Amino acid sequence: MAETINQKQNFLKGIVKENPVFVMLLGMCPTLGVTSSAFNGLGMGVATLFVLLMSNIVVSLFKSHIPSKVRIPAFIIIIASFVTIVEMVLEAFIPFLYEQLGIFIPLIVVNCLILGRAEAFASKNNLMSSILDGLGMGIGFVIALTALGVTREILGSGSIFDFKFVSEDANTFILFILPPGAFIALAYLSVLFNKISTKTT
Amino acid sequence: MDYIIILIAAVFVNNIVLSQFLGICPFLGVSNKVSTSVGMSGAVLFVMTIATTVTYLLHQYVLIPVGLDYLRTITFILVIAALVQMVEIILKKVSPPLYQALGVFLPLITTNCAVLGVAILALGLEGGSLLKAVFFAIANSIGFALALILFASIREQLELADIPEGMKGVPINLLVAGLLSLAFLGFTGLV
Repeated sequence: MAETINQKQNFLKGIVKENPVFVMLLGMCPTLGVTSSAFNGLGMGVATLFVLLMSNIVVSLFKSHIPSKVRIPAFIIIIASFVTIVEMVLEAFIPFLYEQLGIFIPLIVVNCLILGRAEAFASKNNLMSSILDGLGMGIGFVIALTALGVTREILGSGSIFDFKFVSEDANTFILFILPPGAFIALAYLSVLFNKISTKTT
Repeated sequence: MDYIIILIAAVFVNNIVLSQFLGICPFLGVSNKVSTSVGMSGAVLFVMTIATTVTYLLHQYVLIPVGLDYLRTITFILVIAALVQMVEIILKKVSPPLYQALGVFLPLITTNCAVLGVAILALGLEGGSLLKAVFFAIANSIGFALALILFASIREQLELADIPEGMKGVPINLLVAGLLSLAFLGFTGLV
């Protein structure tokens, strides 16, 4: 019984208590760089979730075969292989998203969140825990990116997921889809997140 | 003329940190003192220039001729990681004072997305040549240094300010970064 409760906590911790973006401040570059619309944020989140989950699985399976001295380069190669897969799949099937995310797709490799989970969690725990950890952290990341994307899109272009709810010539806060808006929106979202998470715990 | 445009564009208009969002981790992480931010900027200048030179040559003369262009990401990150390690060892032997100044920052740079980002962006430059790519890397690291040092100077002042409880820590830093980015937005249209 205790085992299952732990697994549940293990999964949930990435979403609230150790949220990669709001609490641990990992993977800030894509968080700020691609969230000018909700769809881009979601797409980037899902791409990262996939790489994180796969690298956690592979690292966890091979942890006893990887010599500890070269573990970091080994992890990086594993991560980079999955990033290359994502890059090719996106280019072939969702070229629109591929173009929008641009440079940030290859940069998933250096997302500290993924290497951090490989080093701190997957290399020490069994397969099941690593899958749950990867899923939890990945979903936490998706939620953060989508929330930021939705906020910026509503304020900046007056739409959600490209569905416009203000008239075509309405004035919106263009600032929020420009670079400074990313910093400012994330600042206030993290205030809100802290407020909610301290209340619930 | 080309080079002046690259310089102005990289430092002010498309500042790597404030408008392209590369290298945010060190930007938020090592910016609490001006002295550390100067050290970090130096280390980035050093590594970014060498890394871009090596990856550009590798891409042009190895990956493209053998048709392995799609292995770009894997090759580049490995080359950068190995390079950082090598620079660290060489610096330790050749120039201990420089190693003392930059040493602690070097391992952090491997996962600095600015280095990989600039190496990849340099491949897409118009009328690209090695010289242009290297100049692009130098210009971008100057942009990085400018943003980092400015931000660190503001943060030093911020320690004395009276900040509302909920805004303390990360949110206020992000807001300051946002205002700084807003100031840089004023350079739009310069080139």
